[in-house]
Amino acid sequence: MFAGKKVIVVGERDGVASPAIAACVEAAGGEVVLMATECFV
Amino acid sequence: MPTIKRPVLLAASAVMAHVPGLLRIGSKPAREIARDASLVGRLIENSRSFDEAVGYAPNQAFIGAIHPREMGPRPHFNRLVEGGQRFGPDGEIMPEREFLGLMALADQFKLMKLAPEIGSAAAAALEQHPLSDALKPQKLAAAIGDPMAENARGALALHLGSGEYAGALATGHSEDANLAASVIAENLACKASGALALAHLLRLNKIDPASIEYVIGCSEEAVGDRYQRGGGNMGKAIAEMAGCGEASGADVKNFCAAPIPAMVIAASLVAAGVFRRVAVVGGGSMPKLGMKFEGHLKHSMPVLEDTLGAVAAVVSEDDGRSPVIRLDHVGRHKVSSGASAEAILEALVTAPLDGMGLTLNDIDEYATELHNPELTEPQGSGNVPERNYRMLAAMGVRRGLFGRDAMQGFVAQRGMPGFAPTQGHVASAFCYLAHARRALDDGGSARRVMMMAKGSLFLGMMTGHSDGMSFILERNGG
Repeated sequence: MFAGKKVIVVGERDGVASPAIAACVEAAGGEVVLMATECFV
Repeated sequence: MPTIKRPVLLAASAVMAHVPGLLRIGSKPAREIARDASLVGRLIENSRSFDEAVGYAPNQAFIGAIHPREMGPRPHFNRLVEGGQRFGPDGEIMPEREFLGLMALADQFKLMKLAPEIGSAAAAALEQHPLSDALKPQKLAAAIGDPMAENARGALALHLGSGEYAGALATGHSEDANLAASVIAENLACKASGALALAHLLRLNKIDPASIEYVIGCSEEAVGDRYQRGGGNMGKAIAEMAGCGEASGADVKNFCAAPIPAMVIAASLVAAGVFRRVAVVGGGSMPKLGMKFEGHLKHSMPVLEDTLGAVAAVVSEDDGRSPVIRLDHVGRHKVSSGASAEAILEALVTAPLDGMGLTLNDIDEYATELHNPELTEPQGSGNVPERNYRMLAAMGVRRGLFGRDAMQGFVAQRGMPGFAPTQGHVASAFCYLAHARRALDDGGSARRVMMMAKGSLFLGMMTGHSDGMSFILERNGG
């Protein structure tokens, strides 16, 4: 699904954090070029 | 060697300081004012009066006058609590003149000067304060002076919410950014509010200040200098100001989660017989004032993040009646736990419950991030406690404890609406401690309360991880 794609991952601590999204992206063949988790409180 | 003792939550308190004038030097407002000075006028126009802050239902819940479930429907800001009082069972909401006086009393290095009319009003009010013996307002005379002269030397100007000039704070060292006036202001606000919380706790519960042997600071602010930015020790500074002459102390840092490991460490020190009574104190976070003010202005609301919050607790040896802090299984987010919200809750909630042979249904109340959604939703940050409670309920369904149709009841019964100001560590379960103690006391409704908090370590850029910890409070003899 993400094969050959470069992906920017933005996650949220109380929702889905970026490492979890990145793991999914990489499992789907994507390359994570930037990863950040935000805290809204 | 001492034998293992059962640690209990002897007492807890919660205080607020209504500081709409300090709001403009909160991190977000200060950055925006630097870009657009006209914002100051809009903040003044949209500030709340002290009576409005006192009558605000979430603030009444914070000082223990009502339970968070008794706050009534939202919005709260335009429907004030009838008969809301400044003083509540767990502490008070202090008005800004008095709090500026308290900050000046916290300043041992004479960096803060108050305008004569402000300083005199603060001194007179603090003389009448129930804690006047502990706070020693007579010392305030030394802080009343000519702040305009300080301003001319580049000090930080301080104002009331009305825009009235209130005083100035000089820099601690001209070549040390860690002692800049803005940093000193944050630390003095933290120290003053933390000491107020601890002094209230001692008075309300008739605890001898000399019986406190150790004070653990779990505040967010970093006290230090250019050679040691987070050197500390706010815990000992607060102990001194609150009159705990026999205490030493140290700080526990862990972003917003800090109070929970601080409580676990305090309980461990008591259990091990190192100390008999340990206080844990989190002072208010000034940088977070007005953090989401743009959302409030956009929705024609008053700027509601105008209050500092501070919490204090005392952990002691078993007195036979106070809630027990269970140390046999604490929840902790390990490096290997995983980063998803589900993985975090498994580490913090179900892992310790499994260890104790309990289920999610055996906890009567969960205290999690309890940020007031009226503050966060206008800026698009959502309802944080509700998200956490729904996730917990979903875990109950997945574990076969109840059906999907029971999720809403689980959230309503074992959760609660958010009521805390966006003061990070204070909002992260810590604000519920006094309520939890009441619920677990004789005549209370709960047998077990879980306290859990998360901290966004990744914001400090040393790891991509967050952290979290939890512990269970249990009715004594239950």
